[in-house]
Amino acid sequence: MSFALVDYFEPWWIQIIKGIVLFAIGLQIVPLVLLAERKLLGRFQGRYGPNRVGPYGLIQPLADIVKLLGKEQSRPETSVGPLFIVAPVISIMTAVGTFAIIPFGDAPHIFGTRVGLYGVDVSIGPLYIFALSAISFYGLMLGGWASGSKYSFLGAMRAAAQLISYEVSQGLALVGVLITAGTLSLTQIVHAQEGMWYIVPQLAGFLIFMVAAFAETNRAPFDLAEADAELVGGYNTEYGGGRFASYYFAEYLNVVVVSGVATTLFLGGWLIPGWHGQPAWTDPFVVLFKMTLFISFFIWIRATLPRLRYDQLMSFGWKILLPLATLNTLATAIIVVAVHK
Amino acid sequence: MLRSYLPAIVFLALGGIVGGTFAYLNTVIGPRRRIASKTQPYECGLPSEVKYGFRFGISFYLIAMLFILFDIETIFLYPIAAELRAFGAFALYEAITFVVLLFVAFVYVWRRGALDWR
Repeated sequence: MSFALVDYFEPWWIQIIKGIVLFAIGLQIVPLVLLAERKLLGRFQGRYGPNRVGPYGLIQPLADIVKLLGKEQSRPETSVGPLFIVAPVISIMTAVGTFAIIPFGDAPHIFGTRVGLYGVDVSIGPLYIFALSAISFYGLMLGGWASGSKYSFLGAMRAAAQLISYEVSQGLALVGVLITAGTLSLTQIVHAQEGMWYIVPQLAGFLIFMVAAFAETNRAPFDLAEADAELVGGYNTEYGGGRFASYYFAEYLNVVVVSGVATTLFLGGWLIPGWHGQPAWTDPFVVLFKMTLFISFFIWIRATLPRLRYDQLMSFGWKILLPLATLNTLATAIIVVAVHK
Repeated sequence: MLRSYLPAIVFLALGGIVGGTFAYLNTVIGPRRRIASKTQPYECGLPSEVKYGFRFGISFYLIAMLFILFDIETIFLYPIAAELRAFGAFALYEAITFVVLLFVAFVYVWRRGALDWR
């Protein structure tokens, strides 16, 4: 059952249209997250946040992007031209590519055709996410290296070491979920949670996953790649204008994607406990609501916790998180095999 | 089978288009006033001495090697995890042996101090 083929059932043109529609939704979510972060951070600090451009500052992200695009594009003479230009595009491509796997719902019939409310549903689910996030590492690394600036380079090295250190724990934290669900397809994992959300039996895995997610997305308290006090801006020090906008967009889209993955794997995706016969049109709203909870949590933590020191970050990842994740995996495996007998 | 990946390609292409559009619009809209000091890499006031090729700490290299080891551990555990119910205790013993062997290596690396950041 587990590696059962995840069949596609849509004609190719529906696949392309739904790809474009979902991407457009993602393109709308990111400015909202940007605004929500600035608004909430403002409130946490007892001020208003952006409230001048449009009602409640709603048009602020649009003003920001226009401002960024109106800036002069410059790159230092020490930079390596082609890589400097390609790196932000790699970042944004991989972030958008990972967005494709978040399931916003099951596969209802729309106008008589069966359409899956997700970009892709592949038989390797989490591996697809890790493959793309491993490529996104090149976006940061090449960008920082090709800038030809000390600060960029140090930021890129830090980002690289941090990403790969926490990717191991993040991957291992998911193994518990996969054992419990017995499948790698994200929609089937959601269906397997119909009895109980995996946040209950896999609480340890959930906590490890969330901590690693903060490090993977370069969010506070793990935002050492761009520690402004020491490194000015990290890997994107030399970037400005449109290319900086690409990095910024990718960074926030990654937060959205991680929230979506956590929703799918631990909070039961589109399921509401105790509601059978849930109509299909509620699915995307439930998923978006749960994602909003996670995104708010990310912002809340940023306003609460101070930044770690770099050696603390690395030893926490390797000496605490990795053994814990391994233990969680083994414990889950033993329990599942013992119960299954 | 591979057809189910078609939307992923659409997403990747759209991501590339957005990134390209940002850079392109910027070159069209943005001003172009080149002066020598703008092309210097950022430095806190002093003239920059950056050349190609940097030196960096050996710790980064060690971390990269450890990553390969433990990431492969994770990847090996994924198929076992998905098929654990089908294979039962046999797969469990295999996985435990595998993880214990890796744990010995982990303890060795820890004792040698490779996990201490210098």
